[in-house]
Amino acid sequence: MPVDMELEAVLRPTQYPMPPYPPKTITLANGKKMVVRQAVREDVPAILKSVHPCLFIERDYYDIVSARLYGELLAWYRYRVKSEYCLLGQVDGYLVGIVNGRLENEKVGMSYHTLAIDRGLRIGSHLFAAKMEYHMEYLNQESVLIVAESPIGFRRWMIEYPLEKTDIPHELGGGDSYRLTRAIYKAAKPRLVVGDRPVPQELMDEAEAEIKFADDDTIRERIAGLKGR
Amino acid sequence: MRDVAIIGAGMIPFGRRDEDSLMDMLAYASLKALDDAGLGDKSVNAVYVGNMGAGIIQHQTSIASSLVDRLSLLPAAADVVENGPASGGSAVKNGLLAVASGYYDYVLVVGGEKMREITGWRATDFVATMTHPQAEYPYGITLPGMGGMFTRLYMEKYGVTREHLLAVSLKNQEMGALNPYAHVEMTLDREGIFDSPHAVVNNPVAADPLHLYDLCPVSDGAAAIILCPLEMAKKMAKTPVLIAGFGQATDTHTLQEREDPTDLKAVTLAARQAFEMAKLKPGDINVAELHDAFTILEIAESEHVGFFKKGEGGKAAAAGKTRFGGQIPINVSGGLKARGHPVGATGVAQVVDIVFQLRHELPKNRQVKNARHGLTVNFGGFGNNVVSFVLKRIEP
Repeated sequence: MPVDMELEAVLRPTQYPMPPYPPKTITLANGKKMVVRQAVREDVPAILKSVHPCLFIERDYYDIVSARLYGELLAWYRYRVKSEYCLLGQVDGYLVGIVNGRLENEKVGMSYHTLAIDRGLRIGSHLFAAKMEYHMEYLNQESVLIVAESPIGFRRWMIEYPLEKTDIPHELGGGDSYRLTRAIYKAAKPRLVVGDRPVPQELMDEAEAEIKFADDDTIRERIAGLKGR
Repeated sequence: MRDVAIIGAGMIPFGRRDEDSLMDMLAYASLKALDDAGLGDKSVNAVYVGNMGAGIIQHQTSIASSLVDRLSLLPAAADVVENGPASGGSAVKNGLLAVASGYYDYVLVVGGEKMREITGWRATDFVATMTHPQAEYPYGITLPGMGGMFTRLYMEKYGVTREHLLAVSLKNQEMGALNPYAHVEMTLDREGIFDSPHAVVNNPVAADPLHLYDLCPVSDGAAAIILCPLEMAKKMAKTPVLIAGFGQATDTHTLQEREDPTDLKAVTLAARQAFEMAKLKPGDINVAELHDAFTILEIAESEHVGFFKKGEGGKAAAAGKTRFGGQIPINVSGGLKARGHPVGATGVAQVVDIVFQLRHELPKNRQVKNARHGLTVNFGGFGNNVVSFVLKRIEP
């Protein structure tokens, strides 16, 4: 589509400087190594192919989380959101999870979404922890505002950390924000934030070479299959 | 008393079955067992339904009446049997006695539970309703909590280690991955859940010293069998499996009242009764399904039924003696750990799995060679009501 760059200069938000998230590997319960790395804007079309089938899964609010994530990633791809980032989890090159968020300002982060495309391996927990790690340790923020759309998310974030309740509205709407502070992060880190750095070169090469994604039916089976993952 | 055989067995895949109601699941499993038996136009005289929580979770009672109507089995007699997580085993026992007495010839026993329509913590609370209403429940005890305390005591008294528990967890997940009926068809990796520092997230403490993968999942599911007199069973198409022995025993409601909380007396007594009735010994058993709601229970039960001496069960598991192909294969189905634990279904599912083994119907990677005798232990409460069966293959 034609782009008027003069108008684009007005429409595109300015970005806060964001140091990169250093990739890491996590050994999952099944022994597989998950590479957690930061996506670049050019990765978005490939990522959306994995998000798309999740739009039609009602179980555990996958539909709303996927629809919103789809829009947020598209907004990042089309330069319509300020200071957004996206982290990916890949196993054998396959995309197994996505998290994203943005900087509300230099001190406060705004957590967006966590989408596990393979379930039963605590991939969502690992990736959410990586997101908090990014805000606290690499973006040096004071706090992150978070809401949950699913009961599973509420259990994983609000209860497991545990986060503190605020009356601050969240950008996604819904309930008021919960907040991760540096003190909460520091207390939770030993039991929730793991990973090895640097990533072995062959694993990094595999992850960056191609974002592989399973077919729609496989994704639906992994998320909402009869086996109740 | 007549000898009683199992002529049909059926089960639906356990897991999270959002699209099915409890009644759907009970009906599907029942139809599979009826088909398996090839009953044709012979009527089922009575139906026993093992279920623990329909009244609480589904707010539905009289589910046996509903099921016979759903299955067009009217005017068969129909009863619900509620005995906590041993509801399935108790339902099988009631069916067995009904046929053995000579009162009924063809009996359907089905166990089922739908637990995933409530959140995990509400499911844990529901299961905790079996604890003592004054001495235990008000203080916040849960079954995993009891499992944790029991494990700690067992570790201190018998030297059980986390390595021993790990051996059970890895074994049962490995077998569950081969079982199409299992809830969790996923193998686990020692590094991922134990050795790696990342295990702190993958396998967190659930009820110290038990970790996530020491516990069974919360599941939906149903399983069913058809019983009839052995003499009639011999004329049926499928290889009959004789219920050669059964036993049931109880223990104090609260754990604190037991002289030695690590002594699962009801397990010992129930298994002993079953062995005596069958005129068999633990060494005669080729395959067993034990109630491993927590990994420690498989170890403790393997000792209490007589497979191993007290204090040897953990070492035996770690040495591979309870693996498929080992001295006494335990929970080749994946057990409650991997097949899942829809509480009212479990006791029937254990029997179904042993029937498949004794009929030599399973694929090579799960079929115990020349299996002739099997044992089940269905553990209710925290060992306060235990039902055990010894099953025997009848050669065609």
